[in-house]
Order: sequence, then C-alpha cells, then structure tokens
Amino acid sequence: MEPVSEFLHMGGYALFVWPAFAVAAVVLTVLLVWSIRDLRRERDLLESLPRRRSKAQPAEAEDDS
Amino acid sequence: MVNWHRLANPTSFLKWSRRVLPWASVTTVILLAAGLYLSLFVAPPDYQQGETVRIMFVHVPSAWMALFTYAVMAGASATGLIWKSPLSHLTAKAAAPIGASFTLLALVTGALWGQPMWGTWWVWDARLTSVLILFFLYLGYIALWEAIDDYTRAAKSTAILALVGVVNIPIIKFSVDWWNTLHQPASVLRMDGPSIHPSLLVPLLVMGGAFTGYFIVVLLIRLEREILARQAQVLRRAQLRS
Repeated sequence: MEPVSEFLHMGGYALFVWPAFAVAAVVLTVLLVWSIRDLRRERDLLESLPRRRSKAQPAEAEDDS
Repeated sequence: MVNWHRLANPTSFLKWSRRVLPWASVTTVILLAAGLYLSLFVAPPDYQQGETVRIMFVHVPSAWMALFTYAVMAGASATGLIWKSPLSHLTAKAAAPIGASFTLLALVTGALWGQPMWGTWWVWDARLTSVLILFFLYLGYIALWEAIDDYTRAAKSTAILALVGVVNIPIIKFSVDWWNTLHQPASVLRMDGPSIHPSLLVPLLVMGGAFTGYFIVVLLIRLEREILARQAQVLRRAQLRS
C-alpha cells in the first residue's frame, strides 16, 4: 500500500480516528469564530452608543480602543 | 456612578488582555501544530488499541480541559460571590461555553473510541454518566444566565449553581476508583506517576498544552466581549436615568 493511503487507512480504524479529529477541529473552530464575531459586534455596538459628558469620562479616557 | 468606578478595574484588565492575546495565540498555534504532528505521525500505534490510540490525543486533553474549565468557572464564581468583583462573574460566564465544548468533545471522541475498542458507543458507567452530568451542568449554567435579566441576580444565581455543581468534579475524577467502571482508571495524573510510555505521554502533554492555550485565547476574547457588553449596559442605563 502507498504510504499516504496507508496513513489514511489508520490500520482499519479510519472511520473512528478521523471523525474524532474532525469533530474536535469543527467544534473548536466554530467556538473561536463565534467568540470573535460576538466580540466584534459588541465593539461596534459600544462605538455606536452616544457618549455622555459625565463622570464616566475619566474611565472612558483610559480605554485605548 | 459607582458602576463606572467598579468597571475601572476591568478597563485596565482589557489593556493587559489585548497585549497578552497575540502571544497566547501564537503559542497555541505552535503547540497545536507540534501536538498534531506528534499525535498523527510520531506516536506509535498501541499494541492493544492499534491506531485508535490516536483518538486519545484529542479525547484526554478534552476531558482534562472539561474539568479544568469547570474549576476556573467555580473558582471565579466563588470569588465573585465573596468579593463582589464584577470581573469574576464575567470570567465564569465567559468560560462556560468553552467548558461545554470540551465536555462535548470528550463525550463524542470517547464514543468514537469506545465503539471499536469496547464494542459500544456508550455505557451508563459512573465515569461516562458523571461527565454527561457535567455537560448538562454547563448547559444549565448558560441557560440560567440567559433566563435572568437583572445582572446582579443572574450573577448570584449562576454562581450558586456553579458552586453546587462542584460536587460533581471529584465524582468524575474518582469515579474510576470508587466504582467498577468500564472506563479505565487514570494513567497520567496518578500518585505514583504516569504509567504510560513516553512515546504516548509526550504527544498527550503537548496536545494538553495546546488545548490550554486555546482555552486562554478564547477565554480572553469572550471575557472582553462580556466586559464591553456590561459597559454598554451600564452606559445605556445611565443615559436613561439622565
């Protein structure tokens, strides 16, 4: 057998080994992408809020974003 | 504006977090690349499990992180209840979906290993059942945050739920010793040291490092989101009042 197909064959356990790695890749990628998307949305939302001139200002000034 | 004074601490946290995030991300990518290379190409097939042993390089770190994340969540919840620090409750809230994901992975990859090795996807033994309960604890915790509108009440209720659920953690850890489980006992975190061969232990530990790095990266991203969401909430309320 060719080395590549032998590797993909996983000693006859390909149907269990590859799905295990695939499901981990999918779940961890989806969580990462969702988390980044949620953060971007929240940043945009906070930008769009009209800022008040008040005591809130000093804390605001500290934020470098 | 008591709330803004309280949030000054999270603001300085954000500065720190944004500095740390790139470094944590790069470290995680390197560890993950090394871990996958070791798991798939370097580690030898086990003499009993054959190639299915490679599933362990995903399964075991997932299960470790499922427990570790819960410990972080419960610790942050306790801190939040005792010192009323807003960052603590938000840390616990940010960690929950990560823990739920790791627990789901531990369950699914465990089933994918169980079918060829045990001849069954699932058994109701003490280890598997207690991990399934952990998964439902995470889901319940997330649902409770969603269910309560008032922030202070939601923070308190979810923290209490997280602390009650802590009882499940030693049950998971020692289930393989206390009961006669189909699941094997610990082979890495043992009193007398790891009982598995370095050729399998090293990939496992590198993958464990990669998963820990992933946890830190996603936690920082989610925590920043929670902090900004809370700031927006406080701002909006202040505008309504004026």
